Amino acid sequence: MTAVTPGEVTSRIRAPRITADWVRDKGVYIALVLLIVFNVLFTPHFNEFSNVQLIMRQVAAVLIVSLGMLMVIGTGGIDLSVGATMAIAGSVLGLAVSDGAAVSGGLGLDLTLSIILAILAGLLVGLFNGFVVGVLGVQPLVATLSLLVAGRGLALVLTSGGLVQLFIPGLNKLSVNNLWGLPYVIVIALVLVAIVAVLVRRTTFGYRLVAIGGNRRASVLAGLPVRRTIITVYALSGALAAIAGIIATARTHAADPSYLGLGYELNAITAVVVGGSALAGGKVRVLGTVAGAVLMQVLTSTLAAHNYKDSQTEIVQAAIIIAAVYIQRSSRSSE
Amino acid sequence: MTATPGAVHVATDETGVTAGAARAKAFASLVSRSGAVAVLVVLLIIGAIFDKGFIHLDNLRNIALSASYIGLITAGMTFVIISGGIDLSVGSVFALGVLTSAFMSEYGSFWTIVVTLACCAAAGLLQGAIIAWLRLPPFIVTFAGLTAARGLVYYMTQEGNLVPKVPGHKSFETLGQGTLFTIGWPVWICLIVFAVGWWLLNRTAFGQAVQTVGGNDTAAELMGLPVKRVKVLVYVISGLCAGLAGILLTASSGGGNEARVGDQYELTAIAAVVIGGTLLSGGVGSMVGSLAGITLWFVIDNLVTQGLQFNPQDELVVSGGFLLVVVVLQTLLSRRAATVEVH
Repeated sequence: MTAVTPGEVTSRIRAPRITADWVRDKGVYIALVLLIVFNVLFTPHFNEFSNVQLIMRQVAAVLIVSLGMLMVIGTGGIDLSVGATMAIAGSVLGLAVSDGAAVSGGLGLDLTLSIILAILAGLLVGLFNGFVVGVLGVQPLVATLSLLVAGRGLALVLTSGGLVQLFIPGLNKLSVNNLWGLPYVIVIALVLVAIVAVLVRRTTFGYRLVAIGGNRRASVLAGLPVRRTIITVYALSGALAAIAGIIATARTHAADPSYLGLGYELNAITAVVVGGSALAGGKVRVLGTVAGAVLMQVLTSTLAAHNYKDSQTEIVQAAIIIAAVYIQRSSRSSE
Repeated sequence: MTATPGAVHVATDETGVTAGAARAKAFASLVSRSGAVAVLVVLLIIGAIFDKGFIHLDNLRNIALSASYIGLITAGMTFVIISGGIDLSVGSVFALGVLTSAFMSEYGSFWTIVVTLACCAAAGLLQGAIIAWLRLPPFIVTFAGLTAARGLVYYMTQEGNLVPKVPGHKSFETLGQGTLFTIGWPVWICLIVFAVGWWLLNRTAFGQAVQTVGGNDTAAELMGLPVKRVKVLVYVISGLCAGLAGILLTASSGGGNEARVGDQYELTAIAAVVIGGTLLSGGVGSMVGSLAGITLWFVIDNLVTQGLQFNPQDELVVSGGFLLVVVVLQTLLSRRAATVEVH
């Protein structure tokens, strides 16, 4: 040990904390603020409230899926089946709410009951995932990959391969109406964000989730109910994906099992990772995930508003993902 | 499938007996490694007995031909997964190969092949370099690669509006449409790539390094292995394989492929590798298993759609369910092997 004056110590500690580490830790918020400032200054019509409402409507479904994905990733797992689960929920909703005359196999149920059925379907898919991962011990990537394939097939089987058009007043209300200027869907999303935030930060379940992601073996040895927690996490992810599926179905006025939720798993993973949670688990950031989902959506809107083509948007998005993960990786290794 | 319950049986019976336990472990690992081959043989026999159209030579040739493109991708994916990584970008890189070769085809076969392979190898090189030197998770990097390469393909085709046609070059067409002993060239090329892959993996220092890196990259680093170079190389191999598959598809279809080609191929390739007994956690795997895995995937597809006359949507359910059954069995078997070892 060489003698170090107190002044040197503080300057050594403080210098990286203010500059690099702070930026790394708050990276996603800084990027979001910068992007919004850019938009406010340079993008025509961005400041209009109708545009803000549009972005809220667009981001709601991805945001809800990301919340479930966040908890799954928190335990060190991954859920590739969320897009297929959305499709299943859409198909169940379509079948339950349409009457038998319009769609073969339609049940003609009340809308509320149909929505509950659709969410239950998602919960079941999630429970199944949780069972395969938690109890049978299959690696999450392949376990949920097989449901990605089979789940979309199931959704197609339910509707006999076609899409079910839904012009239900209640569903239309869900996608169009506002509460104090905020679209219903974003209100739902924000309520779910609050619930998940409380779950993760303030409950035993949340602590267990993070502990399992941090070190599964230690959690087992410490006597935590690892299996139950893992099953719960996947079940929640399935239920949240189902809610997102209902919202997406309402938005398109149709349950389209071929395309509903396609690619959502990767968008959700992106939102979680860009938001600063560790893909390896053990580090769960709810607000960061919200910021990550909003950031990717605003980025897409920005590039579209400035007449970038879809292809160029995709390339920029890829670069952003790499940059975001790189910045956060440096932060973790310096800890 | 027939051999699977037997393995569990042996393991339970002889737990505690050292020689028996060792034999049980060896047997369990043999089954989990060649399970795909066994299931494939069983399915072929069932198909031959119950489905008259299946055993017809034309049908078998078609299965082999349609499996050969994703087969090539699977060969590359095997290297990546054994090294402990994953490559989600292969479907998009395949599309890059298809369209690059279609655009290049007017300059002759040689330049088509060279430029296409160079492009796809570069895509692999870039991703591998980011993974190895910046130490980012392969899942995220190759997902970004998936997005970026697809974006590039759309950019090349003017947002998917341009569908390139291939002017007829005799040699280039032969590559895709020609046959040797009545079997298409893509099938032979796929088999050659698998053979070379087997040799690389099992008979060279590079293959040993790939397996060691996948088992434990810190240990590999301490042993003085060039971990970074190995990691970069496996992604280059994966890119090359995807590019080669793309060239063959262009050559056999004469162009006219749209920008969406190869969508979700990565999932089939990963599934085939896993069915073939390669562990997603890295370190262990076999080329023969992957070849059996991809063949199995297409044989099931053929039996379900042609033989049983199922709809495409039912086929998705069967394929997904089958994948699940295989991975569950494999997990249970390898866990059984592990507990036997502990005792």
